[in-house]
Order: sequence, then structure tokens, then C-alpha cells
Amino acid sequence: MSKISFTLNGQPKTLSIDDTTPLLWVIRDYFGLTGTKYSCGMGICGSCTVHINGQPKRSCRMTVSEVAGKDVLTIEGLGVKGLHPVQQAWVEEEVAQCGYCQSGQIMTAVALLNDVPDPTDEEIIQAMNGVLCRCGSYQRIRKAIHKAAEEVK
Amino acid sequence: MSTSTHHLSRREFIKLGSGSTVALILGINWTLAKGKDVEKAPTLFSPNAYLSISNNDSITVVMPRSEMGQKIYTALPMILAEELEADWNKIKVVQGDLNQIFGSQTTGGSASIRTQYDRLRRAGATAKTMLVQAAAQEWSINPNDCWAAEGFVYNKVNKQKLSYGSLVGIAASLPVPKDVVLKNPQEFRIIGKAYKSLDGLAKIDGSLKYGYDFKVPNMLTAVVARIPRYGNTLKDFDSSDALKIPGVKKVASISSGVAVIAEDTYSAIQGRKKLKLNWNSGPFDELDSKTISLRLHEALKQKGTILKQDGNVDAAKIASSQTWDLTFEVPYLDHAPQEPNNCTAYIHEGVCEVWAPTQSPGNAFWGAKLITGFKDEQIKIHTLRIGGGFGRRLQKDYVEDAVEVALHMDQPVKVVRMRSEDIKNGFYRPASVHQVSVGVDSDGIPTYWEHHISGPSNDSSSIFTGGAENLAYAIPNQKISYVMTDLPVPIGAWRSVGNTQTAYVNECVIDVIARRTKQDPVVLRKNLLKDHPRHLGVLNLAAKKANWGSELPENHARGVAVHYSFQSYVAIVAEVSKTLKGKIKVEKITAVIDCGTVINPDGVHAQVEGGVVMALTAALHGEITILDGQVKQSNFHNYPLLTMAEMPEISTHIVKSTEAPTGAGEPPVPPTTPALMNAIAALTGNRITKLPLKDQLN
Ligand code: FES
Ligand code: FES
Repeated sequence: MSKISFTLNGQPKTLSIDDTTPLLWVIRDYFGLTGTKYSCGMGICGSCTVHINGQPKRSCRMTVSEVAGKDVLTIEGLGVKGLHPVQQAWVEEEVAQCGYCQSGQIMTAVALLNDVPDPTDEEIIQAMNGVLCRCGSYQRIRKAIHKAAEEVK
Repeated sequence: MSTSTHHLSRREFIKLGSGSTVALILGINWTLAKGKDVEKAPTLFSPNAYLSISNNDSITVVMPRSEMGQKIYTALPMILAEELEADWNKIKVVQGDLNQIFGSQTTGGSASIRTQYDRLRRAGATAKTMLVQAAAQEWSINPNDCWAAEGFVYNKVNKQKLSYGSLVGIAASLPVPKDVVLKNPQEFRIIGKAYKSLDGLAKIDGSLKYGYDFKVPNMLTAVVARIPRYGNTLKDFDSSDALKIPGVKKVASISSGVAVIAEDTYSAIQGRKKLKLNWNSGPFDELDSKTISLRLHEALKQKGTILKQDGNVDAAKIASSQTWDLTFEVPYLDHAPQEPNNCTAYIHEGVCEVWAPTQSPGNAFWGAKLITGFKDEQIKIHTLRIGGGFGRRLQKDYVEDAVEVALHMDQPVKVVRMRSEDIKNGFYRPASVHQVSVGVDSDGIPTYWEHHISGPSNDSSSIFTGGAENLAYAIPNQKISYVMTDLPVPIGAWRSVGNTQTAYVNECVIDVIARRTKQDPVVLRKNLLKDHPRHLGVLNLAAKKANWGSELPENHARGVAVHYSFQSYVAIVAEVSKTLKGKIKVEKITAVIDCGTVINPDGVHAQVEGGVVMALTAALHGEITILDGQVKQSNFHNYPLLTMAEMPEISTHIVKSTEAPTGAGEPPVPPTTPALMNAIAALTGNRITKLPLKDQLN
């Protein structure tokens, strides 16, 4: 058990916890933010992607101790002051089918656009390739990212 | 979850529910059936189980089926809103729990739209008729002098209007009409238009709750260490280390393994890792995929059961100028929905309450009944949002786990599966082996078709033969038969069921005939489909949209396939290329569907895209194998999904139709695989007869 502090969606949090606990379960079970999904638990699918200090990370492969003192952003913290352009594009393109993978897709896409405001198809594929969607929404994801990039310009 | 107003009507539905059909319910005076509640000033008008309108104008549609990504959450209300002449912005949807009033609530067979279309139209039209009548009564005019639009009833005489909400009180006191007039489809203003998903926002802001996210107060979370090998049983286990994990509350053995019940997910996972488990070996400990394949091939020597026999294939074979014998083999496949299986159960005060992301609340009910031995009225099934189903959630194994675990606790328990447990405990698309013999006359016209199929034993052979007997090609002599072999690997319906295998075989074989007789694959199909206008419709449009026959860059080739399943028709043209390293790349998929009247075109396009991706995933990578009596695959590293880098461009088209609506979830899957394999054959000369492709050509 250790005492760990970090910022979650802009709010300071402190908790006493087994410091090997994956961040994913801390976010979901301790803070009740269930927008971040469990799917593979092995860092393969990206459904659990959150931002740590602005970088996309797979929360199932990170212990809570690794985020001590850092900023954690989940899907719930995105677009609180109105939808983020990526979310807006996702709605317009009707990207989501079941939707289960989409928090991870969106968090990864937002990080991509923060880095590369107008990505090429290749850059999109490179950033998004490891974020799996069993429903097969990839074509719309790619389209929506281009649309969001237009919006951000 | 439901709102409080809905609890009221839902309880009443149950009172009326047993044995009633919906047709009957619509004939009942629903408001009278409500008894005492009517005497209070009504704030809700609910002429049938599918909808209620409140005095603030909001309209609640109860969805009788499960939403798992196929977007019926939007398409079904569109049907009702069309006939109701509702203001779309006033529509809210609640998930209907298990209730006999809705008839079958199983979501499968691409049947939601097809089976609910008439019911929802009638439900909407009934309510509209009563609202118009209520307005006419209010204005003291003839109902024929009123019309309804966008949530209002208008008065032709004095040009006034009344909102639906303001008419709720009067409407609720009127008898429910037996017969209602439905709209002429030419007057549709909602059906056929692209509508945004009603839950679109909830899917992108993290607020939508799936089964895995479900929570009730005081709930515990459990994981089950399931018996790893087929036919094994639990010998003994040591839980002392597991119980040392602070959050772990209890370790209990259940029929499928050993459950670790904890205050939170991670404690349960840790506890499960600390279990020491011993299993009794069983009869299948040596079983592997090689043996299964051998047994399936071996079984083909049996005559088996005949599914279809036309003419005389033996005589036709002798008379043919050329014949070909081919054998195809397909592997087991897991559904691997993005959300692993899970279920929450709570047994309290003699009631077993279940919250399940299920495609079959009816099956969940039977699971709960089997485990508890409770009476029907002691079991309550709530359907939750599903993160991908594809047929996997038709099963009740994960419900039974949860109910059995809940029997050990006096708190609600959510039983969740880790990915490896989920993949290893699937109900797989069956493996099967197909022996085909075909021939042509001297003009290259097919003379006979013999298809003998070997698959695992099951209540119905259609799980691996489905679609084989629907061969539409004009081939005079046909014989289709199957044999079954007892195997311990559980099997189940996987998006398009038997069609995933039979379309692959049929459409590759037709292609073999075309190539060997030097006929264009589209032309040969057209010649043999003269009496099948809807097959021709999708085939012609696909050929046109894909520029079939036009020149392609070097190292590119096209393949085509057409297949009918679940009352819909789909044609696919696949374009592939070979990279410098000799790797096959899927460049483009052109998909055309005819699913009759389309409710929400965008939803159909999405289902076609998704179906194509699921088929490509299976064709290129999909394979569940058995080693030492258990499934070898455990996660997406050894059961890979298609990635964005492998995605072809997918262009989807819908044939305009006024036929009755059918479905779009499954039909795009079957023809995709053979179109791809036909393109590969055109490009490389290699006929792939064993799936998946994997590195067969490298
Ligand atoms: S759940 Fe973390 S990458 Fe799949
Ligand atoms: S939308 Fe269902 S997994 Fe991506």
C-alpha cells in the first residue's frame, strides 16, 4: 500500500493503494470513470487508452505508481467545454458501431492531432494501427480524423 | 436504465404478458387494462407496449431487442416515429427487459428490422389514430378533418393545432382501435433517410454503460478460473494465498471452475493468479486440431444425410465432358467481441435478478432458472448494452457463471471474463470440411453439383451447412449432404452462421468452373442466375461500381462473389495486389446489398463495412486451434483482428427496393471471403482451399 497523488481530468486525487494496481482499474473501479475500457489487458488493443501528460498510453499496462505526480486525462475529461473537434467529427461520420473501442480510438486520435495537426493517411495509420475495432469502423475513423483536422485548422 | 414512469407501464406489461401475442395486445383496450391507474389524471398515454407519450410531449420507445452496434436503437424508433408522425427530437429510447409481450426477444439472424417492422408501424399508427381522435373530440369535429404531423394534430377547419402531449389525457381514455391505416411508403419522411444515432453522443463521451461498466450498490466483482481442458473436472484447489489479497472476499467452486469474489476487479484478478488448481484429466486431453481435421476428413467417407437432391448427379458426372473434385476446409472461429463476456446477478428475497449484455434474454432466463431452480416469476432479466455480439451473446454460459457465483453471496456480483478466458471459452464457428464435385458439358455449361459437408455434431446441421441448399445457379443435377462427428469443442452461431462456410465453397467453385472453361466469372454467374432478379441486381451493380473488366495496374486482380442469406442479397467485388515482397494486399472491396426497404441507409452502410471487415479478418487471420484438449489462442496477439493498415477501401452501395425490409448485419459477411479468394486466384493462380490465408502464399 502506498499513497499516490496525481491529477485526473484536471482534479487532484490522492489514494492509498497497492501501487502495482494497473491505472485502468484505478480509473474504473476507484473513480468510477468507466469510459476507459478493458478489452485485452495486454497493451494490444488500445481500448484503455488515456493521456498521461498529453501522451496516449495504455492504462492496462501502467501501474498507478507510474502516474504519480502526472496529469491523467480520460475520455470523460475531454471536451467538457463542448465537444472536442475529434468527438464532433466522430458524431458527424457516425464512426461508432458498438462503441466499445471508441474511447481508445478518440483518445489516440486527439493525441495524434495534437502532434500532427494535418496528418496524411500514412500518419493516421501509423498512429491508429494498434487500436483495434472488432466492429470494423476503421474507414470512418480515418475519415473522421481528416474531418477533425480540417476543423482544427 | 428505465425511468420511473416506465416502471409503471412495464409492470403492467408483465401482468398482461403471459401467453399474449403482440397482435392480441394491440387489440386490447390498453387503457382499460391499466385499471386503477387510469383513474388518476393520466400523464402518460401508452396504447401498447412499445411506446408511451407523456404530457410534456416526450415519447419513449421501448426497444424489444438488444443493441450491440447494429444501430437498431435508432432504426427501430424510426419505424415507429414514421407512423406516429412524431417529432424525432422528442424520441427517447429505453431498453425493454425480458417480457413475453414482445414475443421472441432474441437478437440474431439479422431479423430485428424484418420482424419488428410491421409491429412498430402498427404501434405507431395506433397511437397516432388515437391522438387524432382525441383532438377531434377536443375540437368537436370529425377526425377526418384533422391530420397529424411532427408531434401535433392539426385542425383543417380552424387551423389550430394541439401537441401530442396535450392530448395524452383524452387519448388514454379512448378505446384502442383494432384496425389502423398504415402510411403509403411513398409518403415516408423518416424511413429511408440517413438519421444520426440517438445514442451517438453517449458512445463518444464515455457515458454509455455496457455490461462491463454496470454497477449496483454494494456490488462485488468476480473472475472465474474456468476448467481449461474439455472434459476435465475440478479435483481440488488451494485458496489460502488468494484469500490473503486484501480485497478478496471469498473463493468458491462453481460448475465451470473456481470463482474469486472480491471488492474490485483487480483484487479478483490477483486472487485468481494466486489460486492453486488441480484438475481431473478427461477423455480429450490429447485432442488437437490435426486430429479434428483428420476425423472430419475421414467422416466424409460416410454417406450422411441428404439436404437436397435434384436430378441424378452420378449419371450427369459420367455424361460431363469435364469434371473437378475439390476439398475445402475452414477452421473454428471465435467471435471475440471487443467487450469480453460478463454478467451481474443478485439473489435476494427469493428473487434472482440478472443484468446481462445478452442477445437472448430468453436464454439468460433459462440459464438462471437452471442454476437456481426458481419459479419463472422469481427470475428477472435485464438486458444491458453490448460491446459487440456477433452471435456470442446468444449463449448463456456467462449468465450461468454469474448466477452460480451469486448463490454464494448475499450481495450482487458482477462476474467478468479476462480476454484469455473469454477466447478460450468460446462457442466457436464450427470447423468443417467440404467435398465438392462439379462438371460441365462441352459448351462449358455446368451439368451437376455435388457438395458433401463434414462438421461437428449439433442439434441442427445448418450451423455448418446453412446456405448450401440455397445455391441459386441453374444447375440441373444437385446433391447436397452432410455428416456429423462428435467433438467436444462448443460451437455456436457466428455472424451469418453456416453461410460463412458454404458461400466460401460455392462461390469459389463457380469461379473454378469459370476459370477452367475460360468464361468471365461475372458473365457465367449472370447466365446461371437468369431466374433470380435480385441476385442479378446486386451482381450487376457491383460489377458496374467496381468497373469489372476494366484494366488494372500490374499485379492487381479482381474477384467476385454473390450470395443470398437472411433474406438479403449481397455481391462483392474484391481487388487485390501483390507487393514486391510477394505479400497479398486487399486494395478495394466494392459491396452491394439488397435488403429490401431501407430504414436508415447509413446504418446499412455501416453494417456492410463492418461485415466486410469481420470477413476479411477471418479470411486472412482467423483461426482457433486446439492443442492438448484446449484452445491455444488467448488474446489478440495470437487471434489477430484486422488493423487499419490492412484495411482496403470499402465502397458500399444499396439497391433501391420497395420489397419488405430484411437485414444487413450478417449478409455482407459470406460473399466477402470467396470474392477475396477468387481475386487471389486470378492474381496468383493459387486456389486457396483452406482458411485462413495467413502466410500460405509467402
Ligand atoms: S485493454 Fe489495454 S490495450 Fe487492450
Ligand atoms: S465500434 Fe465496436 S469495437 Fe469498435
